[in-house]
Amino acid sequence: MTPAFTLRNVVIAALVLALALLPLYVALTGDRFMLTLFTRIVIMAMAAVSLNLILGYAGMMSFGHAAYLGIGGYTTAILCFEGVTSGFVQWPAALATSALFALVVGALSLRTRGVYFIMITLAFAQMAYYLASGMARYGGDDGLSLDTRSQFAGLLKLSDKTTFYYVCLVLLFGSIALIWRLTNSRFGMVLQGVRSNEARMRAIGFPTFRYKLAAFVIAGTMCGLAGALIANHTDFVSPSMMFWTRSGDLIVMVVLGGMGTLFGPVFGALALLFLEQFLPAVISAAVRPFDAADAAKAGEYWQIVLGPLLLVIVLFARGGIDGLLRSFSDLLRRSKRPGHG
Amino acid sequence: MADALLKVERLAKRFGGIVATDDVDIAVPEGELHAVIGPNGAGKTTLISQLSGTLIADAGRIHFAGTDITRVPAWRRSHLGLARSFQITSLFLDLTVLDNVALAVQAHAGHSFRFWGNARRDADLRDPARAALEQVGLAHRADVRASLISHGEHRLLELAMALAGKPRMLLLDEPMAGLGPDESARMVETLRGLKRRYTILLVEHDMEAVFALADRITVLVYGRVIASGAPDLIRSNDQVREAYLGEDENV
Amino acid sequence: MTLFIEQCLNGLQFGLLLFLLAAGLTLVFGIMDLVNLAHGSLYMLGAYFAATFAAWTGSFVFGAVLAVAATLLVGMVVEVIAMRRLYGRDHLDHVLGTFGLILFFDELVRLIWGPGGKSLAVPSWLSHSLEILPGIQYPAYRLAIIVVTLAVAAFLYVLVMRTRIGMLIRAGASNREMVGALGVNIKLLYTLIFGLGAALAGLAGLIQAPILTVQIGMGENILILAFVITVIGGIGSIRGAFVAALLVGFIDTLGRSFFPELLVDLLGRQAGATAAPALSSMLIYILMAAILVVKPQGLFPAGSR
Repeated sequence: MTPAFTLRNVVIAALVLALALLPLYVALTGDRFMLTLFTRIVIMAMAAVSLNLILGYAGMMSFGHAAYLGIGGYTTAILCFEGVTSGFVQWPAALATSALFALVVGALSLRTRGVYFIMITLAFAQMAYYLASGMARYGGDDGLSLDTRSQFAGLLKLSDKTTFYYVCLVLLFGSIALIWRLTNSRFGMVLQGVRSNEARMRAIGFPTFRYKLAAFVIAGTMCGLAGALIANHTDFVSPSMMFWTRSGDLIVMVVLGGMGTLFGPVFGALALLFLEQFLPAVISAAVRPFDAADAAKAGEYWQIVLGPLLLVIVLFARGGIDGLLRSFSDLLRRSKRPGHG
Repeated sequence: MADALLKVERLAKRFGGIVATDDVDIAVPEGELHAVIGPNGAGKTTLISQLSGTLIADAGRIHFAGTDITRVPAWRRSHLGLARSFQITSLFLDLTVLDNVALAVQAHAGHSFRFWGNARRDADLRDPARAALEQVGLAHRADVRASLISHGEHRLLELAMALAGKPRMLLLDEPMAGLGPDESARMVETLRGLKRRYTILLVEHDMEAVFALADRITVLVYGRVIASGAPDLIRSNDQVREAYLGEDENV
Repeated sequence: MTLFIEQCLNGLQFGLLLFLLAAGLTLVFGIMDLVNLAHGSLYMLGAYFAATFAAWTGSFVFGAVLAVAATLLVGMVVEVIAMRRLYGRDHLDHVLGTFGLILFFDELVRLIWGPGGKSLAVPSWLSHSLEILPGIQYPAYRLAIIVVTLAVAAFLYVLVMRTRIGMLIRAGASNREMVGALGVNIKLLYTLIFGLGAALAGLAGLIQAPILTVQIGMGENILILAFVITVIGGIGSIRGAFVAALLVGFIDTLGRSFFPELLVDLLGRQAGATAAPALSSMLIYILMAAILVVKPQGLFPAGSR
């Protein structure tokens, strides 16, 4: 029986608390940058949570997931541009367009396997990218600005950063709760079975295609909502949101955090975006004793460290951050009970 | 013979230049345990794969319970009452033994578009799963991860999963593969217990088991049926002795 | 008409260039079952090496030769240090690991050569135009590209179909355990194959440098096209890569030249001008998606994979 008070669970609880109390910290210290950064982290975490459903739980390697960020974002931005600023219209529309795109892409792609599946999902994402850059009316390559954030008839003022942060946070936790119910249900068992051994699933009588498609659509729709959020956050959308390397970033978040775990995507988003922010400073600090003059510049090349770091993680820490936490938790538990294991 | 539960007519399958299944006829009446034997490469697994739907035959017909299932997809055959176990263990290794069997139960419990409720606490799934595990004697290992149980237990789990869907007929592909003498004896007893309740097509190499269990035997060599009939008939058939049993003194 | 012929030649040249890139990718993929996203980085390195070595030696050809050698070397080093540990693993692991390598190489290039990009001039003895058909002029350099890439294609054909190494390559593509069991030094073979793929990528990179670009991130854009070609052609099939590359080269080039006019007619000047390059780019992906829907294993699926 695993007790509830493991190191991992404590860390998760602390994280949830920290996220919930962040605006308080910001109010006290006046560090508004943190609020902006963490809003972005929370939204990206939601996108990663959606990808985790199909990648982590169902084993479907979609390399085109960033497309949904773009589709949700562009739907919101385009509606805003055309004068429809009500969030009550924009957000459901973003969900609908994402769901539709996912349905079409899934229906066409899910008959392929392995690397072919990766390529075809990537192809569709690139198509979305090119479609966006081809729309002159909506800015093409230059992207499209949002004049105003989604309006909710005065109920929620998204232009207030703190309010917006909490909206994103609630949606993130809501998504996690949804995934939690989903993955424990019969539907979730099917997905786990598909990831484990799809051929056997079909042999015992599951028409796996329809379940994979359903999961694909759910994931895409959830990510579309994240897209609507990011459009509001940056007040701007551009085709580059959907370039295939952004899908790569999402995959990195899911794997880094721990695939197929509830909070893994949150760890992953935190880790990646944190690294993006702070690794440069760390590198500069590390270089300074040796070469003070170039220390600052050295920090700019942080991806030189991130790159090989990814490789190392893939080779040695496949369970990601969540996996590491579990290992430490187990280690602690066993060391506290001498004579056991 | 009254209409057989499984009727295979002139089944054929080629892979490029290789004829894996050559004009095969088999009829298995309900309740019979029918063994298919033959040297390595005779096409036994290919035959089972065509019966279960993993492979589609090039020619010929397969009738099950009166329905023509030759082109019916694998997952649907399972729902018609035809269950299969695999020669090379094909389980959900990262799930528990009980999870494995529960999935097999779930496959036959209507659609799985149920997004709420905890499947692991669903008595409608867990109870029949435990019952299947009891049938093969694995109930005590229910909560162990499938990757951690022994090879012999894997073979029993394979069987339990086939049984979980409450099939009418079992297609068993070398259930004794890789088992030691004790485990083999145990498997034979388990299979004996299943005999009258299920119709069984058994592909096996273990001759002791085959002659202990089979009501009738079909011998396959290079994809062709060279003999078919009661065990004694097969034992004394010259062609069979030459092609197969000649090298094997375990008769 | 002149324009059409010129664009056809451009399509041929682009297709052959893509073939160079895709051939290495499909080889590595087919034989070592390795998804190498960093293939584009080797392409980029080839271009950068060539720009630097050509400047040092004052000669395009010397620069090119040195660049190919350097890329070959880098490829083999990467194989020994990183790729070896990825063989046999999940494709997901490959994708992540090599994605990490992309980041690494992009930054490394930025560190060594700076963020600005480089330039490599067309060698003077190829900078004129030739009259290939009465009244039709075509740049000599582009003709040279066609000739060189066809020569490499022919070399690959001979290598794979007629030499012992080629036989090992083909055998490895259909059954690598067997090849190992036959006592062949698999490790060395893999390193050489990866090196060959890297050299091909580097060659492609340096060849296109004078007419296209030498900049960071150039690999990411073309890598996708190379993968598309690999997938359309069927993984592990060099013949498939050749056919698919030409197909993609033609469609992309002809699409870009003639599509805009069509779109401007339909959509009006501004809309048409913005939509055209986008739609032309989409064509390739639409093509691949269409092929995969009908033939989920590509046009020429190689081996029993």
